[in-house]
Amino acid sequence: MKEYSKTNTAVFYLILICLSLMSLGPIVLMLLTSLKLKVDIFNEVSTFIFMPTLKNYSSVLHDPSLMRYLGNSLYVGLISTLLTLVMGCMAAYAIVRFRFMGRDAVSLTTLLMRMIPPAVLTVPVFAIWTFQYQLGNNLHGLILVYVAINLPFVIWILQSFIEQVPIQLEEAARVDGANPFQVFFLVVLPVIKPGLAAAAIFTFRIAWNEFILALVLTNRATRTTPVHISLFLTEHNIDWGQIMAMGMLIAIPPIIFTFVASKQIITGMTAGAVKG
Amino acid sequence: MKPTRFLNRATPYLFLAPAGIILLFALLYPIGYLTMASFFDWRMGTPFADAVFYGFKNYAWILNDPNFHESFMVTITFASTVVVLEMVIGVGLALMLERPIRGMSVFRTIFILPMMIAPIVVGLVWRYMYNPQFGIFNKTLKKWGFEPIPWLSSPDWALPSVIIADIWQWTPFIFILSLAALQSLPRSSLEAARIDGASEWQQIIYIKIPLMMPVLVVAALLRMIDAFKVLEVIFIMTNGGPGLSTEIMSLQIYKTAFVSWELGRAAALSNILLVIVLVITLTMFLYTKARDARMARIQAAVEQY
Repeated sequence: MKEYSKTNTAVFYLILICLSLMSLGPIVLMLLTSLKLKVDIFNEVSTFIFMPTLKNYSSVLHDPSLMRYLGNSLYVGLISTLLTLVMGCMAAYAIVRFRFMGRDAVSLTTLLMRMIPPAVLTVPVFAIWTFQYQLGNNLHGLILVYVAINLPFVIWILQSFIEQVPIQLEEAARVDGANPFQVFFLVVLPVIKPGLAAAAIFTFRIAWNEFILALVLTNRATRTTPVHISLFLTEHNIDWGQIMAMGMLIAIPPIIFTFVASKQIITGMTAGAVKG
Repeated sequence: MKPTRFLNRATPYLFLAPAGIILLFALLYPIGYLTMASFFDWRMGTPFADAVFYGFKNYAWILNDPNFHESFMVTITFASTVVVLEMVIGVGLALMLERPIRGMSVFRTIFILPMMIAPIVVGLVWRYMYNPQFGIFNKTLKKWGFEPIPWLSSPDWALPSVIIADIWQWTPFIFILSLAALQSLPRSSLEAARIDGASEWQQIIYIKIPLMMPVLVVAALLRMIDAFKVLEVIFIMTNGGPGLSTEIMSLQIYKTAFVSWELGRAAALSNILLVIVLVITLTMFLYTKARDARMARIQAAVEQY
């Protein structure tokens, strides 16, 4: 092994800390701005010296429409995550255990679905949902798109977890007289809990953050929070303090997830590149 | 037939059915519908049934439209610039910082934060930072006695500004990926090179980078695909302006459909974007297939030996 000197180590940490500051900077700036009064925001000299206030948060949270949109976001995120997980793990199980499609077919499909730009879906989804499915301006319409968008990835990631479940476990349950559904729900599911958790974080985050499909599929009553924020951004006289407070409210759940489950997130994010 | 035997036979289908039905109705059907719609002169307000069949006229119109040419160039410039810069910076940092470091997992967690928060929030924060009067960049420039820069309001600066924001958000992806690739390189080849007296640079150029290549190619292609998907950050920062200087194709699709209400034309535009991304994706799939096959052959040869 090569020797690493003490000064070298210090330099490495210094570089890493600088990079971290660059990564965090804009997010910290958002937090600071959300704690500023208008006077402090328009102060052209200092950025860091000001009296912090929670006024932006209190006026944002006292707005009944924002509470409604946060509720919409939460509802759409939770329900679509739940549905995606249930359908996704069932499909993944069938593909692994009953050797349905080849692994190649599944990864190719996942890849193809991952590549579709959301903008491409806006026209057909808007038209079909509004004119054919009667789901326009309806939260369940939004849930349907999010489930469809997330399913391929969830199936793909859960496959690898299911492959690791020892088949003997299932056979033992079979011998004891369990039917396939009992085997699946009582034996397989508890074992792949970590995989389900990782998949849940991915799905929820995408539904919670998504903007463009929500923009074309919702109205005044069914908006999600990102859409609400975008409508707050006008050409002039932007109330940055309040906008940043709302931005923080949207950013908090993903930030918490990142700190709780960074390992799983990194695995999920890099899986496609390292292994086909 | 006994109920359990029936259940056993039907099980795979029953397990696949829910996901299959959703994907059919909510993903495959919309994509098919898109292709069909692209052949019609269809505007918002008229039912699709009344739209006039247009053949390839939508496509012909788009291909002759100077706005499309500009948007196409903006998209290609944006995608290729961010991929190249993110690869260079990300891989460079990984090569520089590759060594066991205590607390690396904490740094990694911090680095993925920009990718986790909503794109719309990223757009918001950067639009705020680029503000000509009280944005942090111009404030700092003024403090140091430099001329302020018209970041998002000048056609020359808008695209670079948007690119900088993307680099901030996505370079960590390449960095983390290359770091993982570096750490899984076979120790023996590096050891051998070192014993033979290869310098640090020679090791990087002749051993590390070639061995990392398979991962790097896929990483670049993945970033390329994602760069073509970008919409929300730019929507919030510039909405495509000033002029068309940052109007990437996905933004043009949105505007054609929901600002000009030309649904048929937007569908054709969507299909063009889809084909571009499809070509990149298939390249990537074939590349990984070939790579894995090659790895398997090498593995087999090593075992035989």
